[in-house]
Amino acid sequence: MADLKCTIAGIESINPFWLASAPPTDKYINVVRAFEAGWGGVVWKTLGEDPPVINVSSRYGAHKDQKGSMIGINNIELISDRPLEQNLAEIRQVRQEWPDRVIIGSMMAQVEESSWKELAIKIAAAGVNGIELNLGCPHGMCERGMGSSIGQVPEMIEETTRWVREATNLPVFTKLTPNITNILWAAEAAKRGGAHAVSLINTVNSIVSVDLDVMAPNPVVGGKGSHGGYCGPAVKPIALNMVAEIARNADTQNLQISAIGGIETWRDAAEFIALGADGLQVCTAAMLYGFRIVDDMIDGLSNFMDEKGYQSITDFKGLATRNTVDWNALDMNFDTKAVIDPDSCIECGRCYIACEDTSHQAISFDVEADGTRVFTVVEDECVGCNLCAMICPVPDCIAMVPVENDLPYLAWPDHPKNPIKAAE
Amino acid sequence: MTTHARKVAQTPAKTDHNCRLTFDDLHKPLNGLTARTAASHCLYCYEAPCIQACPTSIDIPTFIHQIGTGNIDGAARTILSENIMGGTCARACPTEVLCEQACVHNTDHSDPVEIGLLQRYATDHLMDQNGPHPFLRAPESGRHIAVVGAGPAGLSCAHRAALLGHQVTVYEARPKAGGLNEYGLAAYKMINDFAAREVDFLLGVGGIDIRYGQALGRDITLDHLQAQYDAVFLGVGLGATNALGLDGEDIPGVQDAIQFIENIRQADDPATVPLGNDILVIGGGNTAIDAAVQAKKLGAKRVTLAYRRGADQMGATDFEVDLARKHDVHVMLWTKPKALIGTDKLTAVTLEGTRLEKGKLVGTSETFDLPCDHLLKAIGQKLSETTLSGLDIASGKLVSSNFYQTSRSGVFAGGDCIKSGEDLTVQAVEDGKQAALAINLWLASAQETSHG
Repeated sequence: MADLKCTIAGIESINPFWLASAPPTDKYINVVRAFEAGWGGVVWKTLGEDPPVINVSSRYGAHKDQKGSMIGINNIELISDRPLEQNLAEIRQVRQEWPDRVIIGSMMAQVEESSWKELAIKIAAAGVNGIELNLGCPHGMCERGMGSSIGQVPEMIEETTRWVREATNLPVFTKLTPNITNILWAAEAAKRGGAHAVSLINTVNSIVSVDLDVMAPNPVVGGKGSHGGYCGPAVKPIALNMVAEIARNADTQNLQISAIGGIETWRDAAEFIALGADGLQVCTAAMLYGFRIVDDMIDGLSNFMDEKGYQSITDFKGLATRNTVDWNALDMNFDTKAVIDPDSCIECGRCYIACEDTSHQAISFDVEADGTRVFTVVEDECVGCNLCAMICPVPDCIAMVPVENDLPYLAWPDHPKNPIKAAE
Repeated sequence: MTTHARKVAQTPAKTDHNCRLTFDDLHKPLNGLTARTAASHCLYCYEAPCIQACPTSIDIPTFIHQIGTGNIDGAARTILSENIMGGTCARACPTEVLCEQACVHNTDHSDPVEIGLLQRYATDHLMDQNGPHPFLRAPESGRHIAVVGAGPAGLSCAHRAALLGHQVTVYEARPKAGGLNEYGLAAYKMINDFAAREVDFLLGVGGIDIRYGQALGRDITLDHLQAQYDAVFLGVGLGATNALGLDGEDIPGVQDAIQFIENIRQADDPATVPLGNDILVIGGGNTAIDAAVQAKKLGAKRVTLAYRRGADQMGATDFEVDLARKHDVHVMLWTKPKALIGTDKLTAVTLEGTRLEKGKLVGTSETFDLPCDHLLKAIGQKLSETTLSGLDIASGKLVSSNFYQTSRSGVFAGGDCIKSGEDLTVQAVEDGKQAALAINLWLASAQETSHG
């Protein structure tokens, strides 16, 4: 059995699966249920200064696929709406009852040094293992000068991170917002401020759907809606990219990464670790299916690691980072062609019409005398784009086969058709 | 024909309430959730095989996609634009040998998309709203078409002709429209007066009037119709039934299966339909199954279905034969009736084994007597040729050109009375639709000639 123990920012965890700061970690009862279910840690729902915020109703909107499955949700909920002392008392209680589990205190405050430091000290005193700075909330709090309004300004990221570093000895996680142009500016600022780790991504600004009867964005609050924070499987590609950017950037590659964003299965988890994550945070998947999903995350990740011969998380952490490069480093002499296996083809024609209408007219469609529909790749036209293979409903029916052309590695900067190269 | 009262005491205890229950829908209709699940199983194939397999060429992937997006009325219009009786066909079509048989999921060894149930979901949704008819008629053409027979072929022809702007008068021998849909399909396939509701819906297009109690050859003649109308369509079906050719076919207890089915369909309470205890159904088609299963549902003690050939030759689909077996109908293959026993009423039937000899069906001379007080003949129907004097007939069907025209210019035909495809409602609907298009072209060319 692979060992799922991991260490992030110096904090040891029995497994890499933590619940992210959100409704599932707002109360003693939820956190205890999560630990009973096997989660390695929680980031307690963001604490602020009293008086507590007031939330609206309703709070969540849905983005569903055609089968009705949730692709993503968004929310317009604010930080914990319970008194600070009540949260801290519950943290103290969980700390006593669950000594082997990680509790991180998430916090946000007005951009004043004393506010950040005093709140951080109070949270640290409750017995948390570390503190996470919520610099990402894209709705409600940012309009009060907090959340993403801090996270969008590198100087303020650096400043708040430094304040908390100065106030406590605990590891500091700076949580980044994706609602920016370049995640590296934020990550580098966090590093300058002394962050031990960055947590990302926070939610993405979104209007997730429109209620066409009320004619207002979802969730509808008294006939009106607002933009909210988008999360769930749909944001995973955004999160993967931002994690990879930080992991492969020279200035930030030593920052520990607590990856967040659409992690729903062990496979998602493995992908984030392969791109450089040290630990993982999950929220939407737990909200959609309950805490029990951690069972398969643990089991599946462990089986994957056994199968590949990885004994610990660090054995495969970042293995995909080295293969994540800029476009200019891709080999232009590499070529693949689609090959359709006629035996497993069920003759649905989806590959044909997709290629015909939207790509390179590289699939022929013939009907034999007995009515069999035959789809064949026209090799000369196929550019290896992958569309047919992705669309095909039959696993492994369409393979993308590399062309053996014996040509050497050749990237765009050295390509003879590059006008800059030609000018040299 | 038997008229003896049903012996309630000898049948399983059953209240009227239970009796109605047994005539519940054969297939449970889909709901919002199951429809979405079923729709999501469709791969949205390109030039899908299911379309080719449907006699009316409904764009099946499109209507299923429309259900998936929540555009249920759009889905219904997609169906109804090709098949105005999509509601009946969704209930009565042997989808297992038509569209669902062609579904590509059969190739990957998963279950085919439930096309029939999805079609019903969409058409029911539209019809349940009782809104305006979904299609608009073209401007009045000034042409008037006579349609003989208000069955699926006649009504489909009338609807399409009306859509094209023609006036249509339908002549129907019976008191109700619908033909097979109203009189000839098992009750559990057409619950809640669906056939009548569908006729009302179809007539909502306008431009069609129906004259009931008007039989060809009795009340009207082809000469008359041709003199009065610009074109005539014959959707007369197969009005006569085949006989066993045995002595005693007129004794009480011997009945045509279609008459038995009609009695059930037209009864206010099916429990009042005369029914024997030992029932023998002769035949291997869907009518035989409909009769046998309904006899069992009504409480017959024993129901036997005898077919003179093997399972592969049966007209009924495997699904239908299974349905009979699930209703405890004893299916006997390679068996034919040899003699009817009884004087004032039927008491038994002598059955004889059969086999193929050089491709020809012969009796084996092995016989036995089966106690039987109610025999239902489901051995096929035939054209009532006497009413169609003057029209060419071959192999028991009206001769029609590729464009649905009979041997008499201006007289078109479709449905069971011509040889187009299987004798199915869906084929009749297609015939009616195509014949209306053919009539439209014929009228246009006739106009050109007269003005040219």
